[in-house]
Amino acid sequence: MSTPHKDEVTGVETTGHEWDDIRELNNPLPKWWVYTFYATIVWSVAYFIFMPSWPVFWNGEWTALEGVLGYSQRGAVTEELAAIDEGRAEYMQSIAATDISKIQANPELMELAVAGGKALFGDNCAPCHGSGAQGFKGYPNLNDDNWIWGGTLEAIQTTITHGIRWELDDDTRFNMMPRFLTDGILNREEVSNVTDYVMAISGQGEMTAGAEAGAEIFGQQCVACHGETGAGNQELGAPNLTDAIWLYGGNRSDIYESIAKARAGVMPAWGGRLSDAEIKELTLYVHTLGGGQ
Amino acid sequence: MARFKHETIEKNSILLLVLTLITVAIGGIVEIVPTFLINTTIEDVEGVRPYTPLELKGRNIYIREGCYTCHSQMVRSLRSEVERYGHYSLAAESKYDHPFQWGSKRTGPDLARVGGKYSDEWHRIHMQNPRAVVPESIMPGYGFLAKTPLNYRDIENDLKAMRMTISQAYSEEQIANARADLEAQADPESDYDGLQERYAKAQVRDFDGNPDEITELDALIAYLQMLGTLVDFSAYEDVVFEQQ
Repeated sequence: MSTPHKDEVTGVETTGHEWDDIRELNNPLPKWWVYTFYATIVWSVAYFIFMPSWPVFWNGEWTALEGVLGYSQRGAVTEELAAIDEGRAEYMQSIAATDISKIQANPELMELAVAGGKALFGDNCAPCHGSGAQGFKGYPNLNDDNWIWGGTLEAIQTTITHGIRWELDDDTRFNMMPRFLTDGILNREEVSNVTDYVMAISGQGEMTAGAEAGAEIFGQQCVACHGETGAGNQELGAPNLTDAIWLYGGNRSDIYESIAKARAGVMPAWGGRLSDAEIKELTLYVHTLGGGQ
Repeated sequence: MARFKHETIEKNSILLLVLTLITVAIGGIVEIVPTFLINTTIEDVEGVRPYTPLELKGRNIYIREGCYTCHSQMVRSLRSEVERYGHYSLAAESKYDHPFQWGSKRTGPDLARVGGKYSDEWHRIHMQNPRAVVPESIMPGYGFLAKTPLNYRDIENDLKAMRMTISQAYSEEQIANARADLEAQADPESDYDGLQERYAKAQVRDFDGNPDEITELDALIAYLQMLGTLVDFSAYEDVVFEQQ
């Protein structure tokens, strides 16, 4: 082994490479850097051994080696979920097993159920009913004591489970008000008269001659669902027309449009998407918002 | 022991080329080969089908409008995600997506399981003006979709193009019926038995609430309402969870 050549000017060893009399100084990388680099190589080999990595041909099919630790992200999330379920198991099971009206009578269980219901509401219900359950045009306010399909625990539970006019659920709540003008059942003047009558019974107008004529048509066309006084029928999902609460607006043009074209709001069915216990929690939460019957 | 000389490699261009190729190939093989060989990452999942012609059009609009820049379509296998959005996404659920819409950024929520979560009417209001239903939303309105008739003159070609990239995507029968299927899905009074036979769980409704014409909004809502609805996870829960 010959002595390495030294550069005369700097006194640094050269690499021994020489191109046209030009030599390269040998300034190696710092030791700490080199050893860190070696350590990462060792780490990667260990990672291959302990974590899922190599594809291997095993028992006639390609599969991945599981690694010594047998880690999998799915396994990890499954374990995490199981741990959460276990933590919740005690009260979720008692909620699932307890009749909904009996949960109400049990303050401890009730508190847990309402807290759970509130979280579920934020995730699933708030986009339509609002984060304060205040509702929007076409999406009912759940804080008041006015209910279209009923505000008892049982009624709310049915509505959440099966939805409203949700075609994918066979047991969904369903009704269909005729589109009186669009379908040619009434002409414009008749719709206008009925509008006047609805304005009158909701305390927003006088019983004019037009309203009197509207009353007669109301008696023929509307009472079957909305009742003789217009107070509605929760069995059929027919709203009360005599109060000041309107889902689609209560001024004259809104009411005219509702009669002429009909409205048919849709709520998805949550059975299947949420568990029975979760639906119970939601039911209890909605029931406590202010209007539960 | 003879000292290793860089010179040997550096002064022999063929040797340098061959050794470079080998080094690069190792990196390439390690990254690429597993995706071809590991079938355990893509388990067979029942229920996944190609998009119906109307849904495919909606998907094209979704891509055209850049929805993917704010919305992902992949529930990651993390507890917080599974609790909020439902079962984590499986690779097979994106089987007929080309390109996939997994996304890497969420300004809005994940949409992988948004199908059936809201009513069509909610989507109509929300597309017109998102603030009307979600006051804190910063999503732009897409009101023009409801006014733009859907251009589906070339729907057969859309299906054929998908089949060029995903070989099992569409059968001859599905391509031949593409136009009829598209029109049937947006019209609940049509004869849509054939559509539902060709595409399981296809939802037939007048999605945009305007029975007079098929608009781009029809297509987009049809697409959104089917996302995540094809696989019945209750049937798979045990199988998938046992794989850990």
